Amino acid sequence: MIGRAFGLSCEGCHMFSIVLATATRFLLPLLLLLSVYLLVRGHNEPGGGFVGGLVAASAFSLYMIAFDVEKTRRLLRAEPRALVGAGLLVALGSAGVSPVLGKPFMTGVWLERTLPVVGKVGTPFLFDVGVYLVVVGVCLMILLTVAEE
Amino acid sequence: MNNALPLVIAIPMITAVISLLGRHRPGMQKGVGLAGSLALLSTSIAILAGVLLEGILSVQIGNWPAPYGITLVADVLSSLLTLVAAVVVLLVSIASWTEIDPDRVAFGYHPLLHILTMGICGSFLTGDVFNLYVWFEVMLISSFVLLGFGGERAQLEGTTKYVTLNLLSSTLFLAGIGVLYGTFGTLNMADLALQLRGPTHAHLAETLATLFLLAFGIKAAVFPLFFWLPASYHTPPVPVSAVFAGLLTKVGIYALVRFFTLIFSGDAAVMHRIILVLAAFTMVVGILGALPQRDFRRIVSFNLISHIGTLLVGLGIFTPLALAGTVFYLMHDIVTKTCLFLFTSIVQRLGGCADIGKLGGLYRSHPFMALLFLLAALSVGGIPPLSGFWGKLILVQAGIAEKEYWLVAAVFGAGFLTLYSMSTLWSEVFWKDRPEAIGDPECECVGRTFLPLSLVTPIGILVFLIVVMGIWPSPFFHLAELAARQLSDPQMYIQKILQGKP
Repeated sequence: MIGRAFGLSCEGCHMFSIVLATATRFLLPLLLLLSVYLLVRGHNEPGGGFVGGLVAASAFSLYMIAFDVEKTRRLLRAEPRALVGAGLLVALGSAGVSPVLGKPFMTGVWLERTLPVVGKVGTPFLFDVGVYLVVVGVCLMILLTVAEE
Repeated sequence: MNNALPLVIAIPMITAVISLLGRHRPGMQKGVGLAGSLALLSTSIAILAGVLLEGILSVQIGNWPAPYGITLVADVLSSLLTLVAAVVVLLVSIASWTEIDPDRVAFGYHPLLHILTMGICGSFLTGDVFNLYVWFEVMLISSFVLLGFGGERAQLEGTTKYVTLNLLSSTLFLAGIGVLYGTFGTLNMADLALQLRGPTHAHLAETLATLFLLAFGIKAAVFPLFFWLPASYHTPPVPVSAVFAGLLTKVGIYALVRFFTLIFSGDAAVMHRIILVLAAFTMVVGILGALPQRDFRRIVSFNLISHIGTLLVGLGIFTPLALAGTVFYLMHDIVTKTCLFLFTSIVQRLGGCADIGKLGGLYRSHPFMALLFLLAALSVGGIPPLSGFWGKLILVQAGIAEKEYWLVAAVFGAGFLTLYSMSTLWSEVFWKDRPEAIGDPECECVGRTFLPLSLVTPIGILVFLIVVMGIWPSPFFHLAELAARQLSDPQMYIQKILQGKP
């Protein structure tokens, strides 16, 4: 158990760090926000789906260390495997837009208008969203499985 | 038509994702797998038709022009292999319905099989060296899991050997790519072919060719690098080893053919000589390894190695006729090896074990299956009028035309020993009387007599293909000849990819 290894909380060992738990409650939304920020700025600046996904996954794993696996699963709502599947479909879907418009597979297709916060929106951004979901899914699948063992 | 190329990669991926999402519903996974494989099959038929009508097809992923972007290319060889791979995957996924236990299905057998398919099809179609590496990794990672999951003792032992040697091969491959990119600043195969034509790089070309020969040689199980294959292929569930035997080693062969016809064809006379020697050793040593074996799948594994050698003969001789022989033999070999490995399932069901010494008498209870096996075995042995005969005939003809008599002798020797090994297998398993129980509890159980239709049908179709290729070889030979013509004249390929450039 990862929790026990860190000397923190879990049902088995009855060590629940109130400091960590309280901090996590504040950190989790901040980290998730940061991950989305990284995802959105990723097209032209450092960032992107991969880094964003890692940050989001680390936010959930922090929650898992502070509380437990069951609670993390409840917080996540979706099953990690489903996230992986959905991410792959989103990425593939973004690549499939251009053949419909008669351009080669995976050609970037951009909207004319820019959206307020996100900026220019196009299929490369959608692809990044797919990568984000896959990375979150894979990381949490591994972490949650290992923690449950 | 060009836009159909990415579909060959996208269809297995979608299939895998959907069956991953429905992983608690085995019934749905079967349906999705069947639908996906059928879609892949029809797409690859369309691509082959397109290639035959319009010549080489290519698409630039993301619309980035050739030396910079990733190219997908389908010439006759690639599209033919994709088609055969689609057939094999369809049949194996049907055979998996009953041959894979529910635990492995729950663990994700079906998604993994389709990811493996994606890797195989991607390797056949890519025109970029680094992209080829990526597809190899996709293939390897899914094959690691397919080999190892279930966690039986023998399986884990086999997987360790497989993983170790394949990682070594990947390292060599990656090192080769590094040198290639550092020297030429490009990884597009057509561009590399163009740049390596220059005389200044002769020595570098030989070094690089050796690196790639080693890397792909390990994947394809060429002498002396084949030890991982017989150590691992008899351990996983039968459909897994069938698809590995049919397709994985052949991807290594495909990569060798592609590299040594397109990229390293200029000054690489030495390399083709080396390939010839390796081919002869692989043929003879592989089949000699089969003779003392007693396990059904191990015997077939060693036969597989021996025929990897036969496949290389054409590449080594390097005339259009010889290459056509290799392509023809490749089609035959994928079909027959898948078929023979699937037969293990039947033998295990009927006889209760895979040790040929303890089996026997299956001819009496199941004459039809015995006949099917005999046809497949004779085809491997190269008996006319079955598919294996024509492949060997073309290779021998090409060998005699180039006055490589020692090589022809090796082909005949290996062919003779193959026939011996196959007829031993047939007479031990099907013909002789079943020996009295020797007190081995593992083999005491007289197996079930029930054979599921989903196992017999794929085998029946494969044997049907073998017979068709034997009795009516001219369309297949025509395709092989077309593929060989394109391979021996890479100028067409280069021009198609780098339109406008010299």
